[in-house]
Amino acid sequence: MKFEIFVTLKKEVLDPQGKAVEGAIKNLGLNSISNIRQGKYFTLEINEQDHSTALMHAEEACKKLLANLTIEEYQIRKLD
Amino acid sequence: MKASVIVFPGSNCDRDVQVALEKFQIPTTMVWHQETSLPKCDLIVLPGGFSYGDYLRCGSMASKSKVVNEVIKFANNGGYVFGICNGFQILTETGLLPGALLRNYKLKFICKDIFIKTTNNKTPFTNKITEKKILTIPIAHNEGNYFASNEEVNDLKENNQIVFQYCDLKGNVSEQSNPNGSILNIAGIINKKKNVLGMMPHPERVIDQILGGTDGQEIFKSLLQ
Repeated sequence: MKFEIFVTLKKEVLDPQGKAVEGAIKNLGLNSISNIRQGKYFTLEINEQDHSTALMHAEEACKKLLANLTIEEYQIRKLD
Repeated sequence: MKASVIVFPGSNCDRDVQVALEKFQIPTTMVWHQETSLPKCDLIVLPGGFSYGDYLRCGSMASKSKVVNEVIKFANNGGYVFGICNGFQILTETGLLPGALLRNYKLKFICKDIFIKTTNNKTPFTNKITEKKILTIPIAHNEGNYFASNEEVNDLKENNQIVFQYCDLKGNVSEQSNPNGSILNIAGIINKKKNVLGMMPHPERVIDQILGGTDGQEIFKSLLQ
């Protein structure tokens, strides 16, 4: 089973990289773009038949390593 | 007092810490990150560097290494653990210290001497530091911007866990004297039990006049108590 995982900084955590990217975007003249936040993207395969078991393993990976829950949040999506 | 210094792939201040500890007659053993047991010791140092190339998040991979499981048990049993720079990042990733270290506010790697004041000199790591003395110590990091939730920051204040704060030469803690954007100018914190300390500045780099300063000595002297 394939999953994709997005890890992003929580809303209340300042994202200086996102801000710098936003500055560069503005320099391109794309003034309608704002609130850029930068994050991480993972894809992974889990060798399980049962969807909920696989999801549980993905959750555990996020909580224990892929995301730092002090500053980040995550979203897991199943890929076909 | 006996010490162990944990060596991760990418550690680069491990030897400097060893030199510093041995200068104060603290026998020191280097311990590779894949070890599953620790030598008998009273103090464990997690040194500065770029463990695992800072992949994923600084210190995240190191915090899951085999030997760190033993370090966590050691800390929970009351042993002294001292994390410097990358070591501090590793300690927050293990959960032994609260909060996290984010990218510096201005997105630049900063390598320079800064001033810090000791906010709590009643810890085993700081008891030899003269009250109100401003220490000049180098920092060298890209991710030293200390962040914690409001709840965690209140907890740190209530329990006197903020140990070092960035300041100016006169000891003023202000936005101007904050090199990296850390909450409350935090440069170092200790856990509630006061046996685990993490700090971003490098005391091991200022233990001898020949290195440019001696202000780091007081931390190592404190440990000898």
